[in-house]
Parts: sequence; structure tokens; C-alpha cells
Amino acid sequence: MAKNMPEIEEYKYGFHDRDVSVFRSGKGLTREIVEEISRMKEEPQWMLDYRLKALEHFYERPMPQWGGDLSELNFDEIVYYVKPSEKQGRTWDEVPEEIKRTFDKLGIPEAEQKYLAGVSAQYESEVVYHSLKEDLEEMGIVFKDTDTALKENEELFKEYFGKVIPATDNKFAALNSAVWSGGSFIYVPKGVKTTTPLQAYFRINSENMGQFERTLIIVDEGASVHYVEGCTAPIYTTNSLHSAVVEIFVKKDAYCRYTTIQNWANNVYNLVTKRATCDENATMEWIDGNIGSKITMKYPAVLLKGEGSRGYTLSIAFAGKGQLQDAGAKMHHLAPNTSSSIVSKSISKNGGKVSYRGLVHFGRKASGARSNIECDTLIMDNESTSDTIPYNEINNDNISLEHEAKVSKVSEEQLFYLMSRGLTEEEATEMIVMGFIEPFTKELPMEYAVEMNRLISFEMEGSIG
Amino acid sequence: MAGSTLEIKNLHVSIEDKEILKGVDLTIKGGEFHAIMGPNGTGKSTLASAIMGHPKYEVTEGSILLDGEDVLEMEVDERARAGLFLAMQYPSEISGVTTSDFLRSSMNARRGEGNEISLMNFIKEMDNVLDYLEIDKNMAQRYLNEGFSGGEKKRNEILQLMLLKPEIAILDEIDSGLDIDALKIVSKGINKLRDENFGCLIITHYQRLLNYITPDFVHVMMQGRVVKSGGPELAKRLESEGYEWIKEELGIEDHTVEQNA
Repeated sequence: MAKNMPEIEEYKYGFHDRDVSVFRSGKGLTREIVEEISRMKEEPQWMLDYRLKALEHFYERPMPQWGGDLSELNFDEIVYYVKPSEKQGRTWDEVPEEIKRTFDKLGIPEAEQKYLAGVSAQYESEVVYHSLKEDLEEMGIVFKDTDTALKENEELFKEYFGKVIPATDNKFAALNSAVWSGGSFIYVPKGVKTTTPLQAYFRINSENMGQFERTLIIVDEGASVHYVEGCTAPIYTTNSLHSAVVEIFVKKDAYCRYTTIQNWANNVYNLVTKRATCDENATMEWIDGNIGSKITMKYPAVLLKGEGSRGYTLSIAFAGKGQLQDAGAKMHHLAPNTSSSIVSKSISKNGGKVSYRGLVHFGRKASGARSNIECDTLIMDNESTSDTIPYNEINNDNISLEHEAKVSKVSEEQLFYLMSRGLTEEEATEMIVMGFIEPFTKELPMEYAVEMNRLISFEMEGSIG
Repeated sequence: MAGSTLEIKNLHVSIEDKEILKGVDLTIKGGEFHAIMGPNGTGKSTLASAIMGHPKYEVTEGSILLDGEDVLEMEVDERARAGLFLAMQYPSEISGVTTSDFLRSSMNARRGEGNEISLMNFIKEMDNVLDYLEIDKNMAQRYLNEGFSGGEKKRNEILQLMLLKPEIAILDEIDSGLDIDALKIVSKGINKLRDENFGCLIITHYQRLLNYITPDFVHVMMQGRVVKSGGPELAKRLESEGYEWIKEELGIEDHTVEQNA
């Protein structure tokens, strides 16, 4: 891809345009489209074979009949591959007012707003990007988009790709395996510990926010990494399906935290498969925020394969009018003395539905394993609902499992107390909700926490009365 | 004019269609400390909640005016911003909200937009009051009332009172569950506020609080009404003789609200 040198005028923002050619696959999913995607990306034959095999599985596999109602999801109406520049295909005027308003409320700069709304090209600060890249390279860390990694790090890529989430895992993993594009690839070498989170430098990178992104993270022995992706801005897309796959390998004594916040437009089906595998004494933490979308089905999983390994999922789901958040976690205890903890916080309002759906599995070898599950739901009004659906599979006598579920409403007494100090009903309600999600926001990097609070505050507006 | 005036006239209050207050008359002016005493179940706490506007309590008759303004027309938060304060008997716990965040939001709500207190000034003011009330500074960073002991909750109410500086405060059994040391500290805080711009209504059924805070007026409530008023000497007499003599004097057999329906 040729790059234009930045014009002086443009450069004052530290941004520049990219000149890219445009390809857009037609609607519907055929073998030809998959072949075309692979050809456009100049992929090796094994990847094309992999895609095609996955496609077969996608065709054969029935729609899941649990969780959300996916009967209105029409695979023929979806565009499976869009080159980033194609996203410039609309104008700012076409972007819905509510999306613009949210951008403003979040205090997102206009250049970024236009990018996020898909009306302007991929902006990224080359200066920031390059200095970050150099620092990481010095430490031996590989951090690039997944397509580039396939080209430049093929051996490493091939060793891990599809190994923790095979294409046959579920219908949507099969779909992603057939048409994936973009996402992040990270390799952290043995003993390397990053001190600051690896942010998607491309917070504003289109490939990273694609519909079918594929993320692969390998944390080698004794290494440590925190990866943050996503953003609280509403992700505006005319496409109605987001189906990502995230695979993570945490080796012996290594640590990985994966933080994501996603705020999809309310026409989007968000069906994501996320799974990590932990070797001996490794730690995996999923910090997962889900706002927006029509239906979200997402259950970050950890395979605790190594003795003494630990898994943690902290999630928050927010469902408003017409939305279903079916989210949770899966913990598979497959080795002795493994431990896991699941904290699920959900809020429903204006008729929204939230479900916690979780699985904790203790295998025969999981002696001394323990798990702790905590589900808290805050229901804002009488039309909104919540469900808690925990599954436990226990094949070992020597384990411990605790489950605590709590459903609460904003109580009259709490409101009276806060209002008696001069806060309006809206401010008081917001304060109670912020307090409820505080265990989540306090785990976020500062700028995300600030945005998250603004976003929830915005979501709460007009919910009174 | 020094201070505000809260006028309660012929106040009738029901909860779930059951009348609890049956015509309360009371006027509190800036500079005055009033104590309302009476056995349990006579409507004292109902009066406190009704003045502040708790949604469970329905005012069926009478009026409450603050400097001539109709309090009953105001929402709870408007009453607070107008200068009323209620120190609650059972303050709510708010998880995830630190005490200091809550205090600052409350102070700013009272001060109004564009007149917010700066962070530095807030911390200074809060620290002063924390010291004065001998409260551990860690409390500011703990979640509001969550896991607080009874005594800590009561001190936290007085902390809020001292920071918000209302015109008229109602203290609902601020002494209940306090040991003698805590009682002294809480009283010290309330006494510090005493000046011509601050009026206070102290609800208690123990006289012992009044050993530390001398009221200007003492009222006795029975059967949902103020049945007797007097000066500090009335409280002393209640301490030594109990309530029986008042009941005899007024021909009341049962002092609770229920028996008079």
C-alpha cells in the first residue's frame, strides 16, 4: 500500500491519509468469496485450505438454539470482507444523531469521531506508533495486526493458530475461521514483563475493529503482558454481525490480562469466542465490558491445564431497550490446585435483558481446585429482567466451589438518602450505578475508566421517570 | 434577618393509609435548638422523614414552610438545597461510592453549578472536620456506610452535617447505639454549629443526649401530636420522673399512635 506524505496542513494533527485500493465482497458467503479474501491477502496455501475447511463446517453446523434468538440473523445479508478504505463510503451527515451525540458526550475529538463513524480514513499517529514499536521490538515483543503476522511470522503463527479454538468449535468460530481479517497478534518472549499495557495503538485502527477479527496472543514462560483493546465509543457499522475469535496461550509462570470494552450499535449481533489456555502456574485474566449490541453472546474461557494455574473473569454487561446481553465465563479445571474466580456484574434498564451464563468444570485430575463465582445484577425498572444460568460439572471430590448471586434494585431508601443531601434523582441513581460497576472500572486503565464512567452516565440519562 | 424559619402547621401524615401524625405544630428558628422527646411509637421519626419528604410518608393535611416557601411542593433534593438536612437513624449503605466522593458531590449540589468547591479546599475542609470528630481519615476512602459500625455511621452523619452547613437540621435519634465517648464527640460537633444562623431539631427518647446539648425548647410527642412544650427544665423532669406524669396530666392511657385511631 502506497502512503502519501502528509501535507503540512494535515500534519498539525499528527494524522495522515492512506491511499488504499478498494475491494468489497458481494453479499452472502460463498466458496469464491473465501478464495478471493485469501487471494487478496496473498496468503499461503495452508491458510486458504484452513479457511475452506472451516467454511464447510460453518455450512454444516446448525444455528445454536440457546442463548439469544438468532433467527433474524440472515447470513446472506452480510458483507464478509471490506477493505478499510471502503468504510469511507458514507458521509458524516448519514451518521445517526444519537451516535454523534454519544461521541460528543465522550469528548472524542472530531477527527477520531469521523474515523470511528467510518466516514473518514484510517488515522493513526505515526510518531506514537513508531516509538512504541521500537520499544517493543527492543524487548523482542511482536505486536502487529494478524494479517501482517501471518506474512512475517508464519512459523510462530502456524504453531498456535486455531489450536485453542479450532474451526469446529462452534458455528461462529467456524465462520470467523473462514473469513477472518485483522485483529492483533502478540508474542511476548520468555521472561519479558511489560510494565505498561499494550494498548491497541490502533484504538483507531479499522482492521482491529473489523467484523471478523482474529486475535492471537502468546505469552511465553515467565513473561507478563496486559493487552487493552476496544473503546467505549459506539462502534457504528451498517453490518449487523460481529464475530471475533481470540486465542491466548499463557505458558508456565506467565501472566496475561486481556481488557476489552465494546460498545456496539444496537443493530449488531455480537457473537464472540474467546479462550485462553494456561500452563503450570500461569495466570489468565479477562476483563470484559459489553455495552450496546442487539444480542451479545460471549463467554470468555480459560483452560486451566497446568498445575496451580489461575483464571479470572471480571465482566460487566449493560442492556438497554431491545437488547440482550447473554454473557458469562467458562472455567475448565483440568489440573490439580487450579483456581478460578468469576465476577459478573450486569445492569438492565428500559426492558433490557441480561443473563449470566457460566460453566465451571472440574476434571478428574483437578484435586484441590477451587472456584468462586459472584453474579451481581442491578435492575433499573420493572420492565427489565435478569437471569442467572450457572452450569457446574464436577468429576472430582476434592474441590471447592462457591456461588453467590445477587439481584438488586435501586432502593427507595438509597435514593432518599442521597437526595436528602441535595443530589437530584438522576444524579443519585447515577451514583448508585457507578458504585455498582466500580469493581470493574477500577481495573481499567485511567483513560478507559473515565470514558466508561461517561458512557454509563450517558446511558443512564433519561432513564428516570 | 438571622437564620431561617421552619414552620410546621397542623401536620397530618399517613403511611399506607394509616395516620401517624395527627396535627403537629412546631416552629424552629435560626439560633434555636429544639428537642422532641417521647416514648417509642409516638411519631417522632415520622415527623423527621415527612419534613425531608420521604416518599413513603403522605402528608394529608397541614403545611410546612421554610422562610415562607412551601416545602411540601419541593422534591427531596430541592428541600436539601433549600437548607434542610436530616441526619438519619439508619443511613443507607452505597457500595462502590467512596465517602469522600459522596461528600464532595453533596457539597457541590448545595453550592450550585459554577460554584463547585476546588479539590484542594474540599480535602482541607473535610480533613478538618474528620479531625474534629476524631474520625479515622481512612473512612473517607471507604464506601459510603458500607461495613461501618453503628457509631461510625452516626459520626458520618454529623460529618455531613458539618460540611453541608444547612440552615435547619433534623437529627433523628443521632444518639442511639452510641457509647458515651462517641456521644460526647457527636455532641461536640453539633454544638460547634450553634449560632444564630443554624436551627436544629433533635429527636431522641433518651434524656442523656441533652446533658451534652442544651436545648432551648423541649417538646413531648404522644399519639402523633406535640402534647407538651417547655424549656430545658422539662427534659430534666422527664429524666427524673419519666412520662407517666404527663400522661396523667393529659388523661392519656396509651401514648402510642395506634390506640388513638
